[in-house]
Amino acid sequence: MTPMIDIVFQLNIFFLFTFKIVLPEGDFNVQMPSAAAARAAEPTETLPLRVVLKATPDGELADLRLAGVSFGNGGDAFARLQQHVRRVVADAGPAAAEQEVELDCDYGLNYEYVVRAITAVTGYIENGQRHKLIERIKFTPPESG
Amino acid sequence: MIDVTFQLIAFFMFALNFTEVDVDQRINLPLSELAKPPDAPYAVPLTIQMAADESILFGGDELTAGELQSALLREAQIIRAYPNKKLSDVTVVIRADRLAKTGKVQEIIQMCQKAGFDMFALRGRQSDTSTLIVP
Repeated sequence: MTPMIDIVFQLNIFFLFTFKIVLPEGDFNVQMPSAAAARAAEPTETLPLRVVLKATPDGELADLRLAGVSFGNGGDAFARLQQHVRRVVADAGPAAAEQEVELDCDYGLNYEYVVRAITAVTGYIENGQRHKLIERIKFTPPESG
Repeated sequence: MIDVTFQLIAFFMFALNFTEVDVDQRINLPLSELAKPPDAPYAVPLTIQMAADESILFGGDELTAGELQSALLREAQIIRAYPNKKLSDVTVVIRADRLAKTGKVQEIIQMCQKAGFDMFALRGRQSDTSTLIVP
């Protein structure tokens, strides 16, 4: 009996050390054909909403803009962007499904800001309900290294 | 006590089976309240990971940008060779660190587009609170 208990404890310790907690992860699904293929496939009539994210030299957000409107770089910049997008979608009505967002990001910008911008334009959660805004997203090609 | 120990072993054995192999612990994903787990598993997933120091991980190896491009072209060729698989079935899962440079992530996306892939899943970590307002 004792050797068995020894082995069982050893097994337990092995599993304890190899155990990794996997935090829940989720995806933003984006269809992005190469620019040439996209042009050939469907000429869109609506102009994309252009979200510009400017970066400071150390990769933090310097400025967030949408169609000439600046939301600054404060803690609520993305929340204000979302309010603006919600107004645009409400004004557009059913045509909003065709609307596209183009993200123009500085090369050195930290990736987390891109995900926050995508979160702001694709939807919002209100009273536990998930609402969609604009789900068609593309990136402006990166400029330099 | 032995019963409890056995139960613990059983728990760890099951938990161990469910961890994904394509998850690198160095990567700290950006948070988002809208990142949702896929409804169904992707038909053909290809996972590309980028750490904060911009090292690229693909298929268990650490690659340079040039090596990734050739690996993707090779992958596309293999998929085309299968009669029951199409390039459009492939979803490229991008797990990039929250501090990685956006330009580098976009370069990976461009490489995938060159290889013929056009469905992307940008991966984030689920958050219970809104990530849009930062105090």
